[in-house]
Amino acid sequence: MTTTRKPSLSLGPVYFLWDGPKWRDFYFRIADEAPVEHVTLGETVCSKRQHFSEPHIAEVIERLEAAGKKVTLSTLAMVTLERESRQVRDLIRDSEHPVEANDLSALGLLRDRPHSIGPLVNVYNAATARTLAARGAENICLPPELPAASVLQMLAAMPDFSFELFAFGRMPLAISARCAHARSKGLTKDNCQFICGEEPDGLPLRTLDKQSFLVLNGVQTMSNSCAVLVDDLAPLVEAGLSRVRLSPQDCDMVKVAGLYRAVLDGRMDGEEAISELAEVYPGVRFSNGFLHQQEGAAWVSRGRNAAMGHG
Amino acid sequence: MSSLPPILAKPVDIAPIWLVERVARLIFSGVLKAHPDLFERLGDYRQTRYGFSPTDLPLHFTVVPAAQQLTVSRGQPPLVDARIEGLLVLLLGLLEGRCDADALFFSRDLSVTGDMEAMLALRNALDDSAIDLPRELGALAGPFSPLVAGTARYIRTKALEGRDTTWN
Amino acid sequence: MELICPAGTPAAFREAVEAGADAVYCGFRDETNARNFPGLNFSREELRQSIALARSRRVLTFVALNTFMRAGDEALWYRAADDAVALGADALILADFGLMAYVAEKYPEQRLHVSVQASASNPDAIRFLIEAFGAKRVVLPRVLTVQDIARLTRQIGCEVEVFAFGGLCVMAEGRCSLSSYATGKSPNMNGVCSPASHVRYRQDGEDLVSELGAYTINRFGAGEASGYPTLCKGRFEIGDVAGYAFEDPVSLDVIDEIDALRAAGVSALKIEGRQRGKAYVAEVVSSLKKALRAAPAERAALVARLRAMSEGQRTTTGAYDKRWR
Repeated sequence: MTTTRKPSLSLGPVYFLWDGPKWRDFYFRIADEAPVEHVTLGETVCSKRQHFSEPHIAEVIERLEAAGKKVTLSTLAMVTLERESRQVRDLIRDSEHPVEANDLSALGLLRDRPHSIGPLVNVYNAATARTLAARGAENICLPPELPAASVLQMLAAMPDFSFELFAFGRMPLAISARCAHARSKGLTKDNCQFICGEEPDGLPLRTLDKQSFLVLNGVQTMSNSCAVLVDDLAPLVEAGLSRVRLSPQDCDMVKVAGLYRAVLDGRMDGEEAISELAEVYPGVRFSNGFLHQQEGAAWVSRGRNAAMGHG
Repeated sequence: MSSLPPILAKPVDIAPIWLVERVARLIFSGVLKAHPDLFERLGDYRQTRYGFSPTDLPLHFTVVPAAQQLTVSRGQPPLVDARIEGLLVLLLGLLEGRCDADALFFSRDLSVTGDMEAMLALRNALDDSAIDLPRELGALAGPFSPLVAGTARYIRTKALEGRDTTWN
Repeated sequence: MELICPAGTPAAFREAVEAGADAVYCGFRDETNARNFPGLNFSREELRQSIALARSRRVLTFVALNTFMRAGDEALWYRAADDAVALGADALILADFGLMAYVAEKYPEQRLHVSVQASASNPDAIRFLIEAFGAKRVVLPRVLTVQDIARLTRQIGCEVEVFAFGGLCVMAEGRCSLSSYATGKSPNMNGVCSPASHVRYRQDGEDLVSELGAYTINRFGAGEASGYPTLCKGRFEIGDVAGYAFEDPVSLDVIDEIDALRAAGVSALKIEGRQRGKAYVAEVVSSLKKALRAAPAERAALVARLRAMSEGQRTTTGAYDKRWR
């Protein structure tokens, strides 16, 4: 793998529960219009949701590949049931596509096969990255929590390895055996009636002082703010970052990809991209605090003006 | 709830500040001398101004460990970095590590304000120090040592009696 | 089943040994372990003395190095592992693959336990840890039911340790950035969750308000039992309804499941609470020790008084019971 000055764009899996047709049409449009090279897809958050996207996976992959996208299949983030273990084993055994590991079971099963590591596996340092690379990992999307100093250390330690950065989207912050989303509607995980499908962009959770804070997405808890690292990428790209990940939100992801591509190609200024993003994904606060070694919810602007409207 | 027995609270209440302060300082410097490890565990929080406000006494104790400084005041609580409030026996129980601070906080018997990290450092440092107040008091009492220590132990037992959150 | 007991200070270590611990776990006074709180934990010398005490009483010492190594500062974690091995730790409790690889390679004879922070929640995950790092024991995340644990234990070739009493993570351990999202400091990177440095308690009339960083976490009415200001046990609003979105302020207590866990093949029960005082450690360890030997009918009475020391003064069996989900 070579280091280029222009990293590729990658689209992460849809973390939310979208109904089958919405999910399919989203990827069709990505295939047709979005300037992304890599697409990772498949249910990652909750095994109960799998049947929503399953009927459409084949046609989606076909359309994406016909458009020249490289497709990777994502594994479940948390595997506790026998049924879930089987799903991961079957996926890894049968897949003709590279697989992205999002839990430890997949790491074991993928040994000596080329694969990717997702942002839900804890890779905080080059020693861990090397351990995983020695077992066949070829690309690692780093956890959103990592500060730039750590990312730069790892890029420097493994200059020929493909590292990917979570650079757009509400950040996955936690996962639980308990479904807070179902619970908030008086249901339990085992009898959830797929209620999380009611909020295709997450269910907002506020503090008692009405401050926006988190969103619930089934068993996953995400940031209310949307990570936007578009104006922070240059030094990381300079240091050898290979891929930039966009995590699908319920907004125009084609436009989002276009803006990131334009900035990476040097055709657009980061600050301009940020103000355009605010129109593409309105009413959502942006954050980049983790990268700047602050609280993840913080927004650190390069110039004074960039903070306006997003602070 | 076992607050301070009136027979003890009353004299402390009417005693002149300088006398209370003098006794408290004696105990304080005795404890510091006997437990140098406490300092090490406190680390940077030695500089912290800690406030102790027994809810059953009209007094406030302010302590800065690094300066070996202890002052006693009445009325409005003085300005401190971190303050803990509760019944005197509980505050003394904490000092000795006989009570679990978290448990007392959960039950709302203690309240803490200000720099929580400093408060946590103090709690942890005290917890490791194996301070035995009756013994420290006794050590200060010279020839009356066994008598003072014994009386203090008796009072402690009585005061902490019947609380779920006390052990030993 | 072994009883694995917490110690945040040498004094708590002594109490745990006195109270009948089979093993005591502890950490160094820095960010190499997940209870990196001010005034807590062990210097090298304190660990040496504590291990000597434990040995003389035939008690084991486990050293937790269960945070994730900060890129560029790996030496801090490697040195901690070197020292723990040299001081005679009976096991190292690790979460970071890079650190596991280091220990497995440099000290192949050293017993390696997988921390709950590694989040090994299924047989394939555990097989990976055995195959890749020679893990001898895994501490299971608190996301599994007793039935899940039984099924899992039958399928794997290493010992299983589970949490039996104390603090309860609602989220899968080691996979939670809620704390750092609000404060910049996380269990994984800094060894702290909802760090004291960012906690404020405020009296608002009769109410006690807890704040973490810029966020209100809870508001307790007069006399209402309170809890730690951890995000997963905070009170929040969803729509127009305010309540505990994830979990109430409660502690874990699975004493009622002791027989089921033993039958499931569990090797060791772990007590959470390195941040608690020695009085807590002494009480919980001796109560659980008695409960392990007692007839099932007597257990409830033995542990009833522990509840008063628990967060929110209430306990739950958490994920061990399927209905919790």
